[in-house]
Formats: sequence, structure tokens, C-alpha cells
Amino acid sequence: MTTTTEIAVGTELPALRIEPISRATLALFAGASGDHMPIHIDSDVAKKFGYDDVFAQGMLSMAYLGRLLTDWVPPHKIRSYRVRFTAVTPLYAEPTCTGRVTDITDGVATLELTVTLADGTVTLRGDATVDIS
Amino acid sequence: MHIDPEKAKALPFRPIEAEIERGRLRFFAKAIGQRDPVYSDIEAARRAGHPDLPVPPTFFFSLEIDDPGSLSFLAELDIDLGRILHGEQSFTYHSLAYAGETLMLQPKITDVYSKKGGALQFLVKRTDITRLTGEPVAEATFSLAISHPEVRA
Repeated sequence: MTTTTEIAVGTELPALRIEPISRATLALFAGASGDHMPIHIDSDVAKKFGYDDVFAQGMLSMAYLGRLLTDWVPPHKIRSYRVRFTAVTPLYAEPTCTGRVTDITDGVATLELTVTLADGTVTLRGDATVDIS
Repeated sequence: MHIDPEKAKALPFRPIEAEIERGRLRFFAKAIGQRDPVYSDIEAARRAGHPDLPVPPTFFFSLEIDDPGSLSFLAELDIDLGRILHGEQSFTYHSLAYAGETLMLQPKITDVYSKKGGALQFLVKRTDITRLTGEPVAEATFSLAISHPEVRA
């Protein structure tokens, strides 16, 4: 947990590196998140729909990026959090979550957030507002 | 088949009463690799000043999807599961929720719009999340992208 005196525009959050996405990761998240869409856990279904294999639930990446936020501030400090899913996260991908402060107004910091895979693909772009007062 | 925006926006959604369970929050924490014990260990949560395990930022999505009827709008609007991708998701927070609480979720489709000459449609569903007293907890907005490959942009 950081102290608010260190926060300024341009401050980067410590990057969060995620273990490679395995089939077990997707199965666990399906159960824990309640998203039982078979395209994420059954390769037969994924192939039927034209994908090479299963791929990660978008909300899994959003949850990882949420960890970046809650590693930085306690959960009640988060005012808003939104993302756009820009690319599919394939099996075995290695996501890294990053964030940077882009604005501070009246004790509220705006963060620019990104999830990037090891090959440079950006899978999520988003932002959050966080109370730092 | 294209979604009729007026039909979508008129679809009724019954309110969902959802209990936040400790065990479920622990399972969620495990599945997302959460190592901070505040989200899985009641003693750690209390030491951090929380009355119980706090709800992590994206968990409201799961509370809604747990309801057996939460995805029936896809069938009611004839949406092909092979053509959809989660486009955007956002949350606005008013008050932190904890394990043991029961919340009310009220979804509603608020917008349907097209891009690329109708080759892509977006459906926007907003869910208001409150305590049983009516106190606002959060709003969740879900945007679904539906591709129509038969339409040439």
C-alpha cells in the first residue's frame, strides 16, 4: 500500500505480472466468476465457433487489473473503474497490468490502465478514478 | 439477425436479490490469483478495518450472472453466442459491500447501436446495485459486441 504524498501526475503503479494463462486458470475462473460460457472452457465449442482454442474470459483480465488497483489503494477508495476489451487473451498468454496517474483533481486521481501480453498485444485499455485524499 | 433496439430496451428484467457469500469471495480470490489475505481471510480483513471480507472491484458482474435468468435476454433477442464478445465493462462505486450482505440488482438494456454500417452492433446493459434499504452501492455497465458478418461494411 502506498502513501498519498508520493502520488503525482505521471506516477506509475508497480506493474503486476500474471502467470501464463492455463486451462486450469480458465476452469477455475469459470466456476468462481459464474461465467460458464463454454467457449472459455471447452475447446470443442471454441473450435466450432471458429477459434483455434479456448481463450480467457474478458472479466478475468479485468479482475487482474482490479488487483493492480487494490494492491495500490484499499477497495473503498476506488470511485470508478472501466475497461474496453481490445483483443482476445489466448491460452498460455502472459498478461502484465500497468497503470499511470494522468490527473489529480480535488483529491481524486485518474489512472490510465492497460493489460499487455508478452508479445505486445494490448488486450484491455481502461481507466479508474481513485480517492487519494 | 439484427437486434431491434426498441424490443431490447423494452425487455423486462426482474430484480435480482443476491447474497454475498464468504466462501464465494474466497473462491474468486483464488481464481484471480489474489494474494492479499484481506480478500480471503476474515482475520486479515478485520485487521485492515473491514467488518467482513470486502467485495473486489469486478465481483458485481458475478453476482448478476449467478442469477439463472441473467442471460435469458440473449435468447429472447435471438443473439448467436458464437458472434458475441464482451466489448466494454464499467463500474461506478458508492459504498463498499461485504460478505454477509444481501444486495438488489436491477438490470436494464439502455442502448443498442450499430457501427461499421451494421456489421457490428453494441448492446448496453446497465445494472443498479443497492442495499435492501435502497442505499446505492454501485452501478455496472456491460457492453456486448455482436458481429454480423453477413453485412459488408
